[in-house]
Amino acid sequence: MGKIIFKTLSVLCLMLAMASVTVAAEPIKVGALFSVTGPASFLGEPERNTAVMVVDKINKAGGIKGRKVSLIVYDTQGDATKAVQAATRLIKDDKVVAIIGPSTTGDTMAVIPIVEKEGIPMISCAAGIKITDPAKKWVFKTAQNDNLAVQRIYEYLKTQGIKRVALLTVSDSFGSSGREQLKGLAKSYGVDIAADETYGPKDTDMTAQLTKIRGSEAKAIICWGTNPGPAIVARNVKQLGITLPLIMSHGVSSKKFIELAGDASAGIIIPSGHVIVADQLPGSDPQKKALMSYVKEYQARYKAEGDHFGGHAWDAMTLVKMALERGAATPAAIRAQLEKTRNYNGIGGIFNFSPTDHAGLTKDAFVMVTIKNGDWVLIKDKKAGGKAGAKK
Amino acid sequence: MKRELLKFLLFAIVVSVVPAFVSGGYLLNVLVFVGIFTMLAVALNLLLGFAGQISLGQAAFYGLGAYMSGVLTASHGMNPWVAMLIGAGAVGLLTFVLGFPILRLKGHSLAMATLGLGIIVYIFFNETVDVTGGPSGLSGIPNLTVGSFVFDSDLKNYYLIWGFALLAILLAVNLTNSRIGRALKAIHQSEVAARVLGVDVHLLKVEIFTISGVLSAIAGSLYAHTVMFISPTSFGFNVSIELLTMVIIGGLGSIYGSVLGAALLTLLPELLRTFQDYDIIVYGLLLILMTMFMPGGLVRGIPDAAVALYGKLKGGGADVER
Repeated sequence: MGKIIFKTLSVLCLMLAMASVTVAAEPIKVGALFSVTGPASFLGEPERNTAVMVVDKINKAGGIKGRKVSLIVYDTQGDATKAVQAATRLIKDDKVVAIIGPSTTGDTMAVIPIVEKEGIPMISCAAGIKITDPAKKWVFKTAQNDNLAVQRIYEYLKTQGIKRVALLTVSDSFGSSGREQLKGLAKSYGVDIAADETYGPKDTDMTAQLTKIRGSEAKAIICWGTNPGPAIVARNVKQLGITLPLIMSHGVSSKKFIELAGDASAGIIIPSGHVIVADQLPGSDPQKKALMSYVKEYQARYKAEGDHFGGHAWDAMTLVKMALERGAATPAAIRAQLEKTRNYNGIGGIFNFSPTDHAGLTKDAFVMVTIKNGDWVLIKDKKAGGKAGAKK
Repeated sequence: MKRELLKFLLFAIVVSVVPAFVSGGYLLNVLVFVGIFTMLAVALNLLLGFAGQISLGQAAFYGLGAYMSGVLTASHGMNPWVAMLIGAGAVGLLTFVLGFPILRLKGHSLAMATLGLGIIVYIFFNETVDVTGGPSGLSGIPNLTVGSFVFDSDLKNYYLIWGFALLAILLAVNLTNSRIGRALKAIHQSEVAARVLGVDVHLLKVEIFTISGVLSAIAGSLYAHTVMFISPTSFGFNVSIELLTMVIIGGLGSIYGSVLGAALLTLLPELLRTFQDYDIIVYGLLLILMTMFMPGGLVRGIPDAAVALYGKLKGGGADVER
């Protein structure tokens, strides 16, 4: 009995050992963890595609200092346990010099103890503020912090003279983080929260919550979630004939949302990275060049619209590339170079890392956009700090 | 019984020498998780394979153990071992109290009740943001320590977790070969007959449910201290189903079958990575084929297949061999 188990185990071990043998270490190995399948695949898939695209471009141009870059991508399936295993594999077996990803806050938080212990720089593509607050030695991120989006929304509301809002947030990590920030920052912007409702990630009808909100004194609704929930909210709002302004989060800033919500999407306002309105930006915008090349390259290669999420991977990979170009070769040197990044005009915004700030963005990373005729339209607000690079 | 002990010793030796043959840190890391899932599968097998009582809520006990440890150590600075003990005790109490009404149910109703329990606990983890950190999880959980020795590497955790897993296996082997084990098998065969023979069927079921819960909770605590981060998705409904698959694929009522099931289901996805995006389809197909052709589980199916193959090679003497 035991013998059989032993035999089976040793065969399994052998097979695995053979599978994990990789080619000699000529190229620079960069690891990537994305949730390509599973509930967060809407993040992981564009991120993987974008990272592969960036690396191919680097290699076509002859690599970095004569060395090619080899990108090793593992799928975390949005599962913390799998993320931990994949990160261990990247660090211990593949011996990568840096990691980009994971896609979700949960996966990132699970992986942080490993990269901190092993000393491998990681640039997360997840939004949760906890990732870099407090700053951790080896962990950076490219996705805009939720609090920046919230600040942008509250500033916008100020220009509209709206002081009472209703919250409708999804009960997953994205929604609960947003809710926390919305409630935490309300006071400093003089905003009063008249209703605070939540919905489940798999709910298919939010009429009950919206009916409650309609009965409250709110003058605007802020809905925080990722597809498909917010699309249902948009439809329900229309069905109920609610005329309050509906504001969503950057979690829906992809064309998919407009498809899902259909006609009900008209007039919805969201804070978003610059990428979805790249062609509407003035030529003087410092980010415009990067944005346009990302959008064009993605369209040409994948026949799909490059979104906000893929942009996080573009930024992460480009930051690693820039650190390598500046001569860093070891994980420690890459980390040091990443921390010295100044004025990098990325997709998500203009990055300035420092020893105490590993997120590197300000609220200017967001612009307010609205939906008109099934497409995004930039809201040009005159007051309140305005657009990102325009001043610089 | 002597044979059982010998089997156990042999297995324990295999487990303790495996790290010496493992190249690369990654496989060792996966084997740590195999250890955790072994504990969980053995716990479920006691309930399902021996007592014949289904549970679709095992992940709840696993999660409660993990969260008890996580919250008590990360937020309240408690000693991890004490927290683990409290977690196991609390889950034990919970399963004991809940076991009385729930285990009155049979078959599909029991499946539904345990399923409900699992979902309630999952929602609890998600919604009590102030305590559990909600969907974005709870971090800052310390490693386990003994004196100044910290279980902070995969190798150390391997021995720690497999130590616990071996204890769980020993407990299960002992239990199934004792009077209780025989009574449980009797319940599985025919509850009425068992009752006629003077077995307190209901109490016994509740007790085994409690043991199963406590083992799962300890596995949860170990998970929390190994990964140092927990989030609700690791303890959702699909984990309960995965455990069920491990037990059934391994072989109902076979302790070592559960070990095999846990190892296979954890390692298989890694082996299938060569199929790229189609790995999930191959994975599903393999599971279907295994249940179709090895209904008694791998633990019986592999030797049977080997014997049949051996017979074929010798020229159709398979039936004689058996």
